[in-house]
Amino acid sequence: MFDYSQYLRISKFPHIWCPGCGDGTILKGLLRAIHQLAIQKDDIVLVSGIGCSSRTPGYVDFNTLHTTHGRALAFATGVKHARPDLHVIVVSGDGDGTAIGGNHFIHAARRNIDMTMILFNNFIYGMTGGQVSPTTPMGAYASTAPYGSIEPNFNVSELARAAGASFVARTTAYHTTQMQQLFEKAIQKKGFSMVEVIVQCPTAYGRRNNQRTPVAMLNWMKDHAVPVKAAEKMTPEQLDGKFTTGVLWDIDRPEYTEQYQRLVEKVAGDR
Amino acid sequence: MTNAKKPVFIQGNHACVLGALRAGCRFFAGYPITPSSEIAEGLAEVLPKIGGRFIQMEDEIAAMGAIIGASLTGFKVLTATSGPGFSLKQENIGYAIMAEVPCVIVNVQRGGPSTGLPTQSSQSDVLQARWGTHGDHEIIALVPSTIPEIYSMTIRAFNLAERYRTPVILLLDEIIGHMREVLVEPSDNDIQIENRPVPDCDPAAYLPYEQVPSDIPPMAAFGSGYRYHVTGLCHDETGFPTNDPQKIDRCMRRLNRKISRYADDIVDYRIEGNDRPDVLIMAYGSSARSAKQALRMAGDTDPRMALFQPLTIWPFPEKAFQEAASPVRGVVVVEANNGQMKREMERLLDTTVPIRLVSSLNGEPIVPGEILKAAREVM
Repeated sequence: MFDYSQYLRISKFPHIWCPGCGDGTILKGLLRAIHQLAIQKDDIVLVSGIGCSSRTPGYVDFNTLHTTHGRALAFATGVKHARPDLHVIVVSGDGDGTAIGGNHFIHAARRNIDMTMILFNNFIYGMTGGQVSPTTPMGAYASTAPYGSIEPNFNVSELARAAGASFVARTTAYHTTQMQQLFEKAIQKKGFSMVEVIVQCPTAYGRRNNQRTPVAMLNWMKDHAVPVKAAEKMTPEQLDGKFTTGVLWDIDRPEYTEQYQRLVEKVAGDR
Repeated sequence: MTNAKKPVFIQGNHACVLGALRAGCRFFAGYPITPSSEIAEGLAEVLPKIGGRFIQMEDEIAAMGAIIGASLTGFKVLTATSGPGFSLKQENIGYAIMAEVPCVIVNVQRGGPSTGLPTQSSQSDVLQARWGTHGDHEIIALVPSTIPEIYSMTIRAFNLAERYRTPVILLLDEIIGHMREVLVEPSDNDIQIENRPVPDCDPAAYLPYEQVPSDIPPMAAFGSGYRYHVTGLCHDETGFPTNDPQKIDRCMRRLNRKISRYADDIVDYRIEGNDRPDVLIMAYGSSARSAKQALRMAGDTDPRMALFQPLTIWPFPEKAFQEAASPVRGVVVVEANNGQMKREMERLLDTTVPIRLVSSLNGEPIVPGEILKAAREVM
C-alpha cells in the first residue's frame, strides 16, 4: 500500500474538507504522481490561492505557499522565474483560477512558463457557501443563482488551450488512475500545463442540484466522461451534455524561463 | 551600472534603478504606469545583463505577487508604480506584511483619486502608504527629496526590508522622479548592504514565525532545504493557519511590535535653518525643496524659520518633531495634498500651537513665496 504519510504534515490533520468532498482524492493523485516521478520534496513549490482546493498546500511537506485570492499563478511566476530549477505546481479552483484569477490564468498560459496548474472544478464557490462560479452550468442552482444560473459557463480546458498552454488535460475525481497519469505527464511537460479535474462538492453544489450524495456525483462523472479517442467517433448530438477526458492538447512551444536564459546569455556582459 | 565616484547627471527614477542594483536587487516585476515607467525600463535593460530577472506582468496585482514569490526564494525584489497601481497592489502588500516577506515598492506619486493627473506631481498617497491595505499593521515608508537621496534611500529601503522582513515603500513624486541632478555614487566603504537573517538550525526544528527575542525570526529560502508553509491567514509559529485566540494574539502583536519597537532605529529626519526659530516648517519630498527656498528668501530674521524634514514618513519621527516644534510660535505644513500630514501634526502638537497648511492640489510645485507668506501669518 502506498505510504502517503511520507509527503504529509500529519500534525496538521484533520483537514478542513467536508465529508464526501473530492479534494482529498486529487491530493492523493498528486502525491502518487510526485512519488512516481521521484521528485525531491525540497524541489517542489506548491502554490495556491483561496478556497477549498487552495488549502491543499498546508497538508503537504513541500515548500508551500498559500497566497491571496486568484493570485497563485502570479506568485508562482515569481518563484519559477527566480528559481527555474524548482518544480512549481499550482492548485486552484474554478472561482479562484478563472474568475478573480482569470487574467493571471490566461497570461501564465500565454507566457508558457514551466509550471503545472491543477484546477479543481467543482462548479461552485464551496468555501463561501455555494455561490455561482464561472463554470457553474447554465440553469444550475447556487446560493447567488437561486432561480438557476442564466450565464454561460467557461470551458476551462478550451480557455487554457486558446491562451497558449502547452499541455491541457481533463479528468475527474472518479477516474483516479487516469488522474495520476495525467498529473505525471503534466509535471513532466516543459511549459505551462493545466489539468482540469472535475470534482464533487456535495455540500455546496450537489445538494442544490439533485445530486444528493457523493456517490451520485461520482456516478454522474462516470456516466458523462467520454475519452478523447471515443469522442472522435461520436456525433455532436451524442456528445451533448458530456465532456471529454484525457490529454486534450499537447504541443511544444518555447518556454518562458528558457527564453529568458537565452536572453541572459545573449546580453551578458554588455554595457 | 555607472562607475563609482564618477559624477553623472541623471533622472530621479534612474537614480532609483542604480540604488536598487547597488543594494543587490536582482528581481523586478512591474507594469507600465506614468510617471514610474523609467524604473521598469532601466531594470529591463540592466537586469538580464547581470543575470538578474526582469518581468513585465499582466497587471499591477500580478507584479506585486511575483516579487513576493521571488523574495521567498531569497532574491531582493522591487516593483515600481504610481497611484492607481499602488491602489491595486495594496492587497498583496498586506500579504507581504502578514507573511513577513521583504520587498520594496516604489510609488512615484501623481495626482489622484482615480486616474487623476498621470503626468503631474502630487504627495497625496502618504496616508495610503500608511493605511492602504486592510487590517492592523505597521509600515516603513521613505520620502527622499533629491536625486542623491533617492539613490541612498533606495539602498536603505532594501536594507530595512531585509532587516525587518517587511515591505518598505519608497515614496517619490513626479517632480523628483523626473528631475535631473548630479549623482556621485558612493564608494563601497561609504555604504552598507544588509541581508535578511537566515536560519542555521536543523530544518526539522525550523519555525518560520517563531516568537524570537528580536521579534524578527530568520527567513529560509524556498528550495534551501527548509520546507515550510506561508499563508496570508493568521498563523501559528509553524506558519499554519490557526483560530486559537492566544496564538493569533501573539502573532499579531509581534507583527506590529517588530516595527514599532525599532522606530528609533528606523526614523530619519533633518533639521536646518535658524537655531531659535519662531516658525517651524514641516515639509518632505519635493515640497521640502520649496521650503528650503523659502528659508533662503527669509534670511535669518524675517521671520526666523527652521525646516523639519522627515526622511521616513512612516514611522514618523514624532519625538524629534515634537522637540523641534516645542519652542516655536507657529508651524507651517507644506505638502502637495489636502493636509494629510497636517492632521498628523495636529495630533502630535499642543493645541495652542497654530498650524497652517500650504498645499498644492493641481500638480504644480509649491511656490516658496506662499510658504514665506504663511510663515509670517502663522505667528
